[in-house]
Amino acid sequence: MTPFQYLLQQAINAVSIGSLYALMAIGLAMVFGILRLINFAHGDLIMVGSYAALLALVLGAPFWAAALAGIAASTVTGLLMERVAYRPIRGAPDVAMLLTSFAVTVFLENLAIMLFRPTSRPFPTPPILSMNLEFGPLHISSLDLFAIAITGVLLVLLTLFVTRTEMGISMRAASQDLLAARLMGVNVNRVIAYAFAIGSMLAGVVGILWSARVGKVDPLMGFFPVLKAFVASVIGGLGSLPGAVLGGYILGTLEILLQGLLPPALTPFRDAFVFAALIILLLFRPNGILGAREREKI
Amino acid sequence: MQPPGYQSTAVRRVITALVLLLLVVGGLVVTDRVASAYIQRVVIGLGISIILVVSLNLSNGFTGVFSLGHVGFMAIGAYTAAILTLPVTLKRVNLPDLPTWLAGVQMPFLPATLIGGVLAMLIALVVGLSLMRLSGPYVAVATMGFLVIVQVILVNWDKMTRGARTFAGVPSHTTLWWVWGWAAVTVYAVWRLVRSAYGRQMMAIRDNEIAAQSLGISVMRSRLLAFCVSAFLTAVAGSLWAHFITSFSPKAFYFTQAFGIITMLVVGGMGSVSGSIVGAVLITVLSEVLRNAERGMDLGIVQIPAVYGASQILMAVIFVLVIIFRPKGLLGEREINFDRLFAGPRRRETADKKG
Amino acid sequence: MLKLEDVHVYYGQVHALKGITMEVQDGELVTLLGANGAGKSTTLMALSGILRPRVGRITYDGHDLTKASANEIVHWGAIQCPEGRRIFGGLTVRENLRMGAVQRPDRQAVQADLDWVCALFPVLGQRLHQSGATLSGGEQQMLAVGRALMARPRLLMLDEPSLGLAPLIVQGIFDVIRQLHARGVTILLVEQNARQALQVADRGYLLETGRVVLSGPVAELRANPEVERFYLGGSVAP
Repeated sequence: MTPFQYLLQQAINAVSIGSLYALMAIGLAMVFGILRLINFAHGDLIMVGSYAALLALVLGAPFWAAALAGIAASTVTGLLMERVAYRPIRGAPDVAMLLTSFAVTVFLENLAIMLFRPTSRPFPTPPILSMNLEFGPLHISSLDLFAIAITGVLLVLLTLFVTRTEMGISMRAASQDLLAARLMGVNVNRVIAYAFAIGSMLAGVVGILWSARVGKVDPLMGFFPVLKAFVASVIGGLGSLPGAVLGGYILGTLEILLQGLLPPALTPFRDAFVFAALIILLLFRPNGILGAREREKI
Repeated sequence: MQPPGYQSTAVRRVITALVLLLLVVGGLVVTDRVASAYIQRVVIGLGISIILVVSLNLSNGFTGVFSLGHVGFMAIGAYTAAILTLPVTLKRVNLPDLPTWLAGVQMPFLPATLIGGVLAMLIALVVGLSLMRLSGPYVAVATMGFLVIVQVILVNWDKMTRGARTFAGVPSHTTLWWVWGWAAVTVYAVWRLVRSAYGRQMMAIRDNEIAAQSLGISVMRSRLLAFCVSAFLTAVAGSLWAHFITSFSPKAFYFTQAFGIITMLVVGGMGSVSGSIVGAVLITVLSEVLRNAERGMDLGIVQIPAVYGASQILMAVIFVLVIIFRPKGLLGEREINFDRLFAGPRRRETADKKG
Repeated sequence: MLKLEDVHVYYGQVHALKGITMEVQDGELVTLLGANGAGKSTTLMALSGILRPRVGRITYDGHDLTKASANEIVHWGAIQCPEGRRIFGGLTVRENLRMGAVQRPDRQAVQADLDWVCALFPVLGQRLHQSGATLSGGEQQMLAVGRALMARPRLLMLDEPSLGLAPLIVQGIFDVIRQLHARGVTILLVEQNARQALQVADRGYLLETGRVVLSGPVAELRANPEVERFYLGGSVAP
């Protein structure tokens, strides 16, 4: 394999995993933009979707139906989360909201441990997603292709949504200036519900793809991915949708780069380097790459 | 001119402090001599929790900067002290690849703990300097990043930490007295810090950063100080915990473990030292009750089956309820005012005279 | 008709409005004057349902506004153009204007109003597809007013529309305010720039630390020495 082909191979890896991060980060960004809430529990939506899909598969459903079931489960859970845990504390200081999302995570994870036992279970990846396609010397898994394609489609749909539909524009307005949006008569409850619904739906998609990729599910599976999603979101600038997408792909690329460039002794420390890189980035750009420049000193 | 009754108030304060001290020491003596091993364990755990919550309060509640990665300092304290106190023979077996200058070292409890604390403090200085420019959600994410970095290092630096495997054989140096001694130091230190000029600066900054800056108060220095002292104390708690439980792994120092401490903080009230203590006591008691219930109870008429994880779920629910209905916690930002308990009638007298 | 009866509003512990009683008849242009911190914006926020009065009642057109939600109040035709413009910087001018009409289902009527607003403020029509953040202060103010107009307000509340703007632009804005007044739109105008406000208004109220200290027809107010003080102290903090 020539160096170019190797690079191409890795690039595809990076885009594939970056896509997953991007989808997760969008969900986080949507909610943060409007509510200023860092939803820790977003990762557990991934877990819920995966388990729901697994349940459907065990009950004999075809994969596409199980995937839909998973996505539906995530969406419903996300909406419930908003209604029960976050709406009552709207307007509370950011810290309180962050900690509450922490509590929701603990709740969901322990619920899953209670229901499904703390060990992991295998996730039957359908044959169509486990194929290894060969294009000359390049090996591309069908799952990667699928992930990239789905993400592409979803991003296009999302862009159309936020630029062409009234609800989409309302969401953008609400995330820029919630007070002004309220003064226009925007139904804030509906907008927030939509933000959670869309974010949770995307989390469900990520759940299916992620479980298919690693071949198993466990109650704590959502935790590390959501941390990465935060990183992606922060890189791009919290609250910005294009920033989330950019951050996701940058993170994916960074991970693959480090994986390749780090000496073997240091590869297990890859994630530490990623987070260290994040902290360094924040030193220079405290609001992320696409975030607002340094807040003005009044 | 000091107002009338000032002398008696000061004297009253000292007496109150002494009485409290006697009560606590008395309680500890009783526990030491008479109580069951189980109760002793709970009381030790409570003491460690108090140190953790009060120092977390110093970092979060008073400065308004929320550190989600604080449990990382606990890990640093635990591992550092444990590596230092581990008997040389055990080191050869469990940590065969330790660098030679460490392999022959075996320290007593206090120096090892202090070294752990100082190391954590130095790391906190570096981390703090980086994080101080950030605000709001970005700090939270950055501190989470810190915790992940610590976790990754612990799990992968096999030579020093045995990686993900259990670090066992730590000498059980921790006693009731060590723990509560440190707890007293912590409470006293934080109390003094909060009531000092530094403390007033911190409160000012928390309430209105821009106004504080205009007064020339160094935001960074005050926050950094709080952060570093807090890290030191948290690391000490880590060491105490390590030598109490005698075997542990990196898993013990991750986010969900931090949740218990955060719950205590929130229940008691961010910004109140006595609130932290109250919160720690309440949640510890509640946890123990729930943990026993988890194992299943036979109440005669009713059989409650063993449901693991239920205690965590209940804690989460309690947490959310507190945040919704009493967001400032039980004490909010006030401290338990003993003056009022003892001074009632005399105060009213003075007030009438003025009126 | 808009009526406030003994309205008290608190910001946490701070007693911001201490028993405001005022009214605005249909078609009137009433101005609310006072220094910074007098409670003018607080009054508007209470009217818009963002702040809830702890004591007192607010009624408009037969509806009780005191406990109503912000979007109900918009639905009833009471629209605020907030202090500091608060346009959506990341949205285009067109999107900003459309947000003003977010509660209106009738597409064609909305489009017609969009054309009308662009006729009132030609600059907006030229910059329809530019993002709000790229507009100058004066243009942003026009956008804010235009956005409010897109809601077809029956009661239009303007919070300091002249703030920070060049006199020529201020003239332009107040011309539009006059036009709206002539059309019969009920207007509640909050202003520090007393001079301009008293030139367009029918009646006025003077607020000081949360209380109404003076009220009456504009002619009376202009003759009042207290108000003279504010005239001259117009843009300088007293």
